[in-house]
Amino acid sequence: MEKFRGVDYYGIEDLLSEEERMVRDAIRDWVEVEFLPLVTQHHRAGTFPVELIPKLGELGVFGATLKGYGCAGLNSVAYGLIMQELERGDSGLRSCASVQSGLVMYPIYAYGSEAQKEAWLPRLARGEKVGCFGLTEPDHGSDPGGMKTRARRRGDAYVLSGTKLWITNGSIADVAVVWAKEDDGEIYGYLVEKGTPGYSTLDISGKFSMRASITSELSLQDCQIPLENKLPDVKGLKGPLGCLAQARYGIAWGAVGAAMACYDWALQYAQQRIQFGKPIASFQLVQQKLVWMITEITKAQLLALQLGRLKDQGRARPQQVSMAKMNNVHIALETARMARDIMGAAGIVDEHPVIRHMINLETVKTYEGTHDIHTLIIGRDITGTDAFGV
Amino acid sequence: MNIVVCAKVVPLSSVTIQIDPATKRMVRKDVSQELDPQAAKAVEEALRLTEKQGGSVTVVVMGGDDATIGIRGALAMGATAAIHLSDPALAGSDALGTAKALAAAIRKEPFDLVICATESSDSYTGLVPGQLAQLLGVPPLTFATSLTVEGRTVTIKRQSEGGYDVVTSELPVLVTVTTGINEPRYPTLKGIMGAKKKEIRKYTAADLGLGPAEIGESGAREKVLTVGRPPARPAGTVIKDEGQGGKQIADFLANLKLI
Repeated sequence: MEKFRGVDYYGIEDLLSEEERMVRDAIRDWVEVEFLPLVTQHHRAGTFPVELIPKLGELGVFGATLKGYGCAGLNSVAYGLIMQELERGDSGLRSCASVQSGLVMYPIYAYGSEAQKEAWLPRLARGEKVGCFGLTEPDHGSDPGGMKTRARRRGDAYVLSGTKLWITNGSIADVAVVWAKEDDGEIYGYLVEKGTPGYSTLDISGKFSMRASITSELSLQDCQIPLENKLPDVKGLKGPLGCLAQARYGIAWGAVGAAMACYDWALQYAQQRIQFGKPIASFQLVQQKLVWMITEITKAQLLALQLGRLKDQGRARPQQVSMAKMNNVHIALETARMARDIMGAAGIVDEHPVIRHMINLETVKTYEGTHDIHTLIIGRDITGTDAFGV
Repeated sequence: MNIVVCAKVVPLSSVTIQIDPATKRMVRKDVSQELDPQAAKAVEEALRLTEKQGGSVTVVVMGGDDATIGIRGALAMGATAAIHLSDPALAGSDALGTAKALAAAIRKEPFDLVICATESSDSYTGLVPGQLAQLLGVPPLTFATSLTVEGRTVTIKRQSEGGYDVVTSELPVLVTVTTGINEPRYPTLKGIMGAKKKEIRKYTAADLGLGPAEIGESGAREKVLTVGRPPARPAGTVIKDEGQGGKQIADFLANLKLI
């Protein structure tokens, strides 16, 4: 197959600034040269190329929209394009960057003390340190407000107890942003450093999806942390939900990248694969699939782009982020499935990237708010009626 | 040390290049452009030298308005400033016209060292650097696979068929670098953000003191007569292994005096 050529059916390129295009091209080249040659072996082994984390830091990927603390200060569209290109590589790569940026650096930046920002942001930006985000629990996924993890003041410390599950980067993280309830029933954020007594991690094995990504369980057993490790400027569920809006925004773009990879690959394959004496791209049923894919990708690109523009104007609402996450992951997964179908038997082997994207996207559909939960968020927004039972 | 890098902005490597049958020139309009990957190696070499020894890296690019993205690419890598030779009068210049325009721009700069790619990765003529050295009155040190500067002495390893020659010269000098000399850095996101704050000076043909007799289509002494596809490759030899495959391959290679 030829090198990835980009997917732009509608001249959307013209809607990007020169700087945004340069950012995208820099990351696209980096993924092509530094990441793609490694991904198959890591996917097979169920490992993540951790040695790339400082390289991503050097490029300036982590916390790229934040101002100061060694961060690049990009706009939201440029950040989205980074996520798109990373996930064109693999959802695991984008997840690593999403978590570090949207779920670790963002809460420290938005809710942290100056000392916390100084201590963590520059090192996280450089990729010298890795972070993870502990919200989901074994019994509380879509319903984080029901969390069981508790933080109790004991003298000059907080003591955390509970379990967090499905935590990307968990076991390699130097710092975990852990959300827990205090006795007042409110949720607060805490920074738990690796090596703190009572804090341990266990990797989840047996994953069929998101294999080139580290997913862990965090265990907090009477884990004592200093008072100054509490994030001072946030209280309630809006803290973690604010972070998730950042990460979901990145997913909305990232899913487009995975879809673009699958479409480009399937198109080239269909043009080269000869059956009944001609390329399968000449058959109506194959064309129908390819046309569905490019149409949905184009719509998803425009949805992500306008969301980015709204975000840069401070006008993006969380419900709009939900729509982009919900739609773009859905069409990416469908695109990956159709691409797999077009490729026939070749579609099931990892010589081609399609099956890897397809099974990754099953995770992406579920995490950071499932497709169904986002549907209900938008449903509540437009009807004024809550269907969660919350 | 003040280094000038001559760079070209070319269609993205993923673009299939089209030739306009009327002008016999490459179609550049509405084609995504980038800093020539060969030129990026020249920029990288210049940056490595100035990072060690101090000084400036000025990138000179001749090209249309859409070349800015490639110029910013060089600035994002870390170049200090850029000069953009942009004028419809320059369009259609041949290699010598291009060299004259570059020389006129470079003469306006204090320079110790000029670095060029051996050839561009779109048209591959490889003619400009030699002409440019002549016009600037400096020695050309070509095909460098490595480049060092000690005091005022430049030393290169010049790629040759059997290995390399070591060539030295005193500054000022023009060096052409080969593909293998380095792996250019990726522009960092902060570099990209910083690039828009850096200066790009624009020169027209008039600023360079050049007229239609020297540049553009009217000044070009090279003429492209025809453009065609390379002849199709003859079919290869297929050797089926029926027990003697290895020997047959060895004989085939021995016939070609490859082994």
